[in-house]
Amino acid sequence: MRSLDDSENLAGRVAEACARGEPLRIQGGGSKDFYAGPCTGQPLSTRTHSGIVHYEPTELVLTARSGTPLTAIEAVLAESGQMLGFEPPHFGSDASWGGTVACGLSGPRRPWAGSLRDAVLGCRIVDGRGKVLSFGGQVMKNVAGFDVSRLMTGALGTLGLLLEISVKVLPKPECEITLSFECSHVESRERMIRWGGSGLPVTGLAWDGRLYLRLAGAEPAVSTAVRRIGGDRAEDAAGFWNGLREHAHDFFSGEADLWRLSLPPAADTGRLSGAWLIDWGGAQRWLRTDADPDEVFAAAQAAGGHARLFRTLNPQAPRCAPLAPALAALHRRVRAVFDPAGILNRGLYPEAA
Amino acid sequence: MRPFECDALSAYTVLPWLAVLPETVEQVRAVLRLCHSQSVPVVTRGAGTGLSGGALPVAEGVLLSLAKFNRILEVDPANRLARVQPGVRNLAISEAAAPFGLYYAPDPSSQVACTIGGNVAENSGGVHCLKYGLTVHNVLQVTLLTIEGELLTLGSLGLDGPGYDLLALINGSEGLLGVIVEVVVKLLPVPETARTVLAAFDSIEAASEAVAGVISAALVPAGLEMMDNLTLRATEAFVHAGYPVEAAAVVLCEMDGMVEQVEAEIARARTVLAGHGAVEVRESRDEAERRKFWAGRKAAFPAIGRIAPDYYCIDGTIPRKRLAEVLGRIGELSERYGLAVGNVFHAGDGNLHPLILYDASHPGELERAEALGEEILVLCVEVGGTVTGEHGVGIEKLNPMCVQFGTAELRRFHALKAAFDAGGLLNPGKAVPTLARCAEFGRVHVHGGRLRHPELERF
Ligand SMILES: Cc1cc2nc3c(=O)[nH]c(=O)nc-3n(C[C@H](O)[C@H](O)[C@H](O)COP(=O)(O)OP(=O)(O)OC[C@H]3O[C@@H](n4cnc5c(N)ncnc54)[C@H](O)[C@@H]3O)c2cc1C
Ligand SMILES: Cc1cc2nc3c(=O)[nH]c(=O)nc-3n(C[C@H](O)[C@H](O)[C@H](O)COP(=O)(O)OP(=O)(O)OC[C@H]3O[C@@H](n4cnc5c(N)ncnc54)[C@H](O)[C@@H]3O)c2cc1C
Repeated sequence: MRSLDDSENLAGRVAEACARGEPLRIQGGGSKDFYAGPCTGQPLSTRTHSGIVHYEPTELVLTARSGTPLTAIEAVLAESGQMLGFEPPHFGSDASWGGTVACGLSGPRRPWAGSLRDAVLGCRIVDGRGKVLSFGGQVMKNVAGFDVSRLMTGALGTLGLLLEISVKVLPKPECEITLSFECSHVESRERMIRWGGSGLPVTGLAWDGRLYLRLAGAEPAVSTAVRRIGGDRAEDAAGFWNGLREHAHDFFSGEADLWRLSLPPAADTGRLSGAWLIDWGGAQRWLRTDADPDEVFAAAQAAGGHARLFRTLNPQAPRCAPLAPALAALHRRVRAVFDPAGILNRGLYPEAA
Repeated sequence: MRPFECDALSAYTVLPWLAVLPETVEQVRAVLRLCHSQSVPVVTRGAGTGLSGGALPVAEGVLLSLAKFNRILEVDPANRLARVQPGVRNLAISEAAAPFGLYYAPDPSSQVACTIGGNVAENSGGVHCLKYGLTVHNVLQVTLLTIEGELLTLGSLGLDGPGYDLLALINGSEGLLGVIVEVVVKLLPVPETARTVLAAFDSIEAASEAVAGVISAALVPAGLEMMDNLTLRATEAFVHAGYPVEAAAVVLCEMDGMVEQVEAEIARARTVLAGHGAVEVRESRDEAERRKFWAGRKAAFPAIGRIAPDYYCIDGTIPRKRLAEVLGRIGELSERYGLAVGNVFHAGDGNLHPLILYDASHPGELERAEALGEEILVLCVEVGGTVTGEHGVGIEKLNPMCVQFGTAELRRFHALKAAFDAGGLLNPGKAVPTLARCAEFGRVHVHGGRLRHPELERF
């Protein structure tokens, strides 16, 4: 892996663009462009800004520059028997650290090990004026100042170009076993509620027509949990969880719109029709449907959550439900704090535009 | 008005102009609208257990107490969440969830008294936070009123919310951005069992190394705490927990979860602690003994209170591997200032709580204690840490904030505050220092010959 600090150049490029009022499109390999959506501006690549700046296995903290390939980070952690607890999706072999944090997505382990946002401890950014700023830090507990680092997570680069992000990492579990069960949608819901809150060492709970339960921890604990639950050992468990995280699972191929619904795990989605795949013990649901977007937004909201159009062939389609007017106005003011000229990834975050 | 004049940082008192105790969200809204239209400052108050003066009133302002918002609106076991009013006490949530085998994980030592609204505003932590996270990791949704009286809902009942993560911004915002009127928290299953190891060391260095050793052995304890000799003696005399009072330091390490998991982890922890030179390792055999191990830790503050007329509790976080070095330097500072310092803290998080013993009736001692505290916080920043791990900045740590943050970051904090509260009416003067103050502080404290904020005008 190349290691190079290119922050001065990146900051300079943003400062120039700001002076000219020209929009910039923060770019890597584009593995998640489909998610972020199209935006305007001159491309600005973070690819030259890479390398792990600091990794201390005894501290459980890693700091890396945004252009670092996600695979490189995972490989370095694995050498010390550690991992990113939030199991981020790569969506392509070129996924970068910056793009990962900017999109803020987490994999199947999220309900039990926390999200990417939960793991973030600090960051260095270039704001929309080209100023380099530091927030948070590298320690576990820190309540000094507003929590800007977590605010940056998932903001799709519209609040700043991420230069460096520090996260908390976790030890890899000693033992991992996946069980699978033949069961209906309705049955799976009941079991997900029961097992998801059971205190068993669950690290994955998903349904695609079969129910999958992943257990991880000390070997004797996992064995006992297996005995208590029963069920069959899943074949190619690693393939299943990877396919789920990376959307390589058959469910994700095809042309119909793919929706992500974030819901309370036991929620009912009413009459919303289409094909379902359920992850996060019920809290993250994938839906392929031709339903009208407003119908999906409304159903998710009625259930206490929210929906996002995740993959679509229609670039004009609305991806999120509009925010309440007061909240939308607040988003615009927050955006203006970091990027007053609105030059960073213009158009990507319609909520704040 | 007297009962409202301060929070738990009682060295500072201010009588508010007016204290109001509304009972409904509509009444809170009306108060805020009135204050907004008349430009009257508002300080929100939970239980007033804050330790940094965050809820200190403003003389020309309104003190808005949410004491009457003390209802648990819903416990939803299927979705493992509870919807509560902001004035509900932290412990009351776990009590309400207990019949369902659930609990709320963050457990500040003040949990019998402090409110969930205050917890969110301070992003409070506790012993459990090493494994289960801080308040910010355990809150799903917050409803707040802006100073203009707009009701905003942040987050969702799922595991994330739409839009920017403003929920993260609210956690730890110390009442500067809005008045929290409802909180939805995540509930966790009560662990099947919990067991604790108590390890005694004959040097602080060895105990600190052992803490790092536990973490690097792929263990994430449910609690990893440390007490030094001064604190041990004080607590033993107070609660008679049977602590080894000759030890230089004691480490408490708790594991929770399934029986088999806990057994495996406790065995590993024992090996690690012994391998790092523990002179004695005890293991709790039953629940009563486990409680006894913790009795002293939980009573450490009042125990210290018995051996000195006054104490001043500091709160900073450092990288764990610098523990031994920082504790050593705190010892040196203690000698230089002629004030004893006891240490009892969340070692697993690197979150220090030095307790500076002093006597306020001796002229100048309070000021000396404060100066010593400030030096400790500057030391925390110097080694890569922060000036507050869980107690907040309030009015207490405005100066050390100038050491941790540069002008550009502070400007963004002020701008964020203005995005929520353009008139600066909510809890003014707290949490974020003015740039003028930093310039002034930088002039007084020139660290390593480097002048902070050279770009600012001097006074
Ligand atoms: C041909 C090629 C060569 C490469 N060579 C190298 C190399 O030599 N060294 C190396 O380390 N990597 C290299 N990479 C990896 C490259 O840096 C990553 O592919 C890229 O950053 C991937 O980002 P992403 O796919 O995760 O996110 P993207 O899909 O690029 O971005 C998703 C969203 O996040 C935003 N975003 C991305 N990064 C940031 C950021 N830092 N701050 C704020 N917002 C951001 C984007 O604007 C977009 O809206 C190479 C990639 C390619 C295609
Ligand atoms: C003995 C003792 C032990 C302690 N131990 C711990 C500990 O282990 N961990 C820890 O983190 N803290 C600890 N604390 C500190 C304190 O208990 C916490 O900071 C707690 O969260 C404060 O809650 P409160 O309800 O008392 O808030 P208050 O003290 O009333 O207020 C604290 C801040 O929150 C704001 N606020 C309160 N309610 C709201 C609301 N509804 N909306 C907006 N803003 C609001 C106030 O304006 C103020 O800035 C301890 C305190 C004591 C006295």
